[in-house]
Amino acid sequence: MRRAAITGVSVVSAGGVGREGFWDLITSGQTATRRISFFDASAYRSQIAAESDFTPEAAGIPPEEAGRMDRAAQFAVFCTGEALADSGLEASSPPPERVGVSIGSALGSITRMEEEFVAVSNNGQDHLVDYTAASPNLYGYFHPSQIAAEVAWVVGAEGPATVVSTGCTSGLDAVGYASELIRDGAADVMIAGATEAPITPICLACFDVIKATTNRNDTPETASRPFDASRNGFVLGEGAAVFVLEEAERAKARGAHVYAEVGGYATRSNAYHMTGLKPDGREMAEAIRVALDQAELKPTDVAYINAHGSGTKQNDRHETAAFKLTLGDHAYRIPVSSIKSMIGHSLGAIGSIEIAACALAIDRGVVPPTANLHDPDPECDLDYVPLVAREHITDVALTVGSGFGGFQSAMILARQGKLS
Amino acid sequence: MSSAIVTGVGVIAPSGTGTEAYWTATLSGKNAIGEISRFDSSSYPVSLAGEVRDFDAAEHIESRLLPQTDHMTRMALVASDMALADAGVDPAQRDEYGVGVVSTNCYGGWEFGQREMEHLWATGPRAVSVYESFAWFYAVNTGQISIRHRMRGHCGVLVSEEAGGLDTIAAARRQVRLRTPLMLTGGMEAPINPWTLCAQIAGGRLSTSTSPDEAYRPWGGAAAGDRPPPGGGLRGVESPDSARRRGRNRSYAEVAGYAATFDPRPGSDRPAGLRRAADLALADAGVNPEAVDVVFADASGTPELDRIEAEAIAGLFGPEGVAVTAPKTMTGRMYGGGASVDVAAALLSLRDQVIPPTINVSSPAPGSELRLVVDQPQEAKLRTALVLSRGYGGFNSALVLRAV
Repeated sequence: MRRAAITGVSVVSAGGVGREGFWDLITSGQTATRRISFFDASAYRSQIAAESDFTPEAAGIPPEEAGRMDRAAQFAVFCTGEALADSGLEASSPPPERVGVSIGSALGSITRMEEEFVAVSNNGQDHLVDYTAASPNLYGYFHPSQIAAEVAWVVGAEGPATVVSTGCTSGLDAVGYASELIRDGAADVMIAGATEAPITPICLACFDVIKATTNRNDTPETASRPFDASRNGFVLGEGAAVFVLEEAERAKARGAHVYAEVGGYATRSNAYHMTGLKPDGREMAEAIRVALDQAELKPTDVAYINAHGSGTKQNDRHETAAFKLTLGDHAYRIPVSSIKSMIGHSLGAIGSIEIAACALAIDRGVVPPTANLHDPDPECDLDYVPLVAREHITDVALTVGSGFGGFQSAMILARQGKLS
Repeated sequence: MSSAIVTGVGVIAPSGTGTEAYWTATLSGKNAIGEISRFDSSSYPVSLAGEVRDFDAAEHIESRLLPQTDHMTRMALVASDMALADAGVDPAQRDEYGVGVVSTNCYGGWEFGQREMEHLWATGPRAVSVYESFAWFYAVNTGQISIRHRMRGHCGVLVSEEAGGLDTIAAARRQVRLRTPLMLTGGMEAPINPWTLCAQIAGGRLSTSTSPDEAYRPWGGAAAGDRPPPGGGLRGVESPDSARRRGRNRSYAEVAGYAATFDPRPGSDRPAGLRRAADLALADAGVNPEAVDVVFADASGTPELDRIEAEAIAGLFGPEGVAVTAPKTMTGRMYGGGASVDVAAALLSLRDQVIPPTINVSSPAPGSELRLVVDQPQEAKLRTALVLSRGYGGFNSALVLRAV
């Protein structure tokens, strides 16, 4: 059966612009969460975010192109360039018709949309907004699919292209969708990943008002505390990850460096509540079971779990229950960690960033830690790799995502040669 | 490869709420484009739109859901009820993981979202609704539909501007093949509010005509741009085994073929991707062009895109080689909902053996070489339909439906 191999990786996140900066950060145990500097957040309950120091100038995006792109699109364009170079694909590139694009984003071009809204509505005063004050780019900002178009233009892709927008599981689902297209034969190479730039007033406000974000404003560096008894919400983050996914036999034939292969992927809905989770984790467990089944692997084959680990009370219990449901006692024997403790929760992007963490963990024999975990919640009783990264051989990694809308997704990544 | 069949359809469109109301109006060639009534649009250069006028959310939706849903989500929920009722399926009686949903949505719920942005910027963060975190975003329809019908199977959201309406039905077929026996799929939009209209005007793609008969005329000598209407449709896509087991003998059609392509970079001299999408979809269905009885066109309404589509169709089928129609001339282009409604029209055509007309295009532009079905419906022996759709930015999708 055809399957997808990851031959190029790039990440933008808080504390790291580019793959190596990201990996250095998340294996250092240092955190990149800070007081919000992008705008005056003093009227908000939560005033912390994991901001990236990315600028389009430093990323080499010309000003005339940067202007039509949201920050999220700029992240994706930068990452596409780095991932493509990493893959070495250009030297043996397939015809454009066989190259597709699948980019995840929960909120699309929300940063630019909000800026434009403020301009045309006179700071929210005028309901009948002034269309003459709008940028001609506003139409593109409205359509998240424009981010996939920007990525396709970077690589000259002419195969199937789309944006996957399933809220906070978008990043996992976009790579899952891309791997399905490769498996079905619709493309030989997919530029797949996800991006989000949600550190804006409206995004902060919508999580503020439901108290989903932490308000440890005086200690932003230690505010994101997945699995800790004192956790009280997530920290909003931003970033992107993009992969070159390549049909595995093709990657092997050209001698490409393969970080990992996509073994299985599934998404399920809890059909329960738009924001609430039942504590039992059964729908996430079902997604994990199906992903393992697709990979033709046993629960005991999983060597590392990259958790969703958002640091909300309900999430961390929910997924701990899901891991125990699917993996049984084996869940206690393997490392489980949350990189959101260091780089925050970048909504639609984080699923792809966490896939990058898994691919690099498989490739480099190190699993990243869960920072800020000093006093584990008694209901969260697995090995969450507190504080310090660990040398650990991972042949098979599981990564999961959970999001508003009730979406629960799971993906199995495996070292080349470990899938039957 | 195992097939997937469509067993239920639900449509809410400017021309009618409910599949049969929509279909009756569509066959009669009734123009549903009129003055914008959802807000006072007199200060805007666009005064016409296709609006859904006979939809009363409170009639269909529990009162507790009204404060947390945008207009578009309410219509999506009702269309999902219609599609399931038409298919004769009660998801509560099914295996919970055996029913899933994949939808498309280009705009999000901006009637709700604009109000909350106003609350934030005019009053402050504490004035924002507790529902804002999920009422606006692109995934809301999939999430709310899954909750309403207790669908715990595969859930997805694809956005490729209008082409997403075809991408979702193909994604549903993939999940049916992966043994999710029943998928609900489609798209719904409601982009008639000041803020969304502002973006559409800024994009320069809307007609500023004040005559409903001239506002949207694909291939009409002076092509005039498109209209912003709400609407959309959902369908139940099911495995034939599943349908048989529950004693369902009637279906609309098989989802026989599909492909998606992306256009070359702007400025490239490589050919546009629409023709290739159609070729690949026919190959996927295992049919020759001669087997296609009718084409439901994308009908952009902008001259360059209309020309590309006319060349693709004439190139594939020969000049005037196949019947072509664009019933969306009656409603306007419905973005993510539009291709979904076109699929519904194609399914109903196969059911009733009649092609709905294109209106307001009495004489196609010279050189377009299309055999357009205009003004009057045309009875015909129909077995296979090709549906084309394109999304702003370069997305092309093609779908082949075949009567079972």
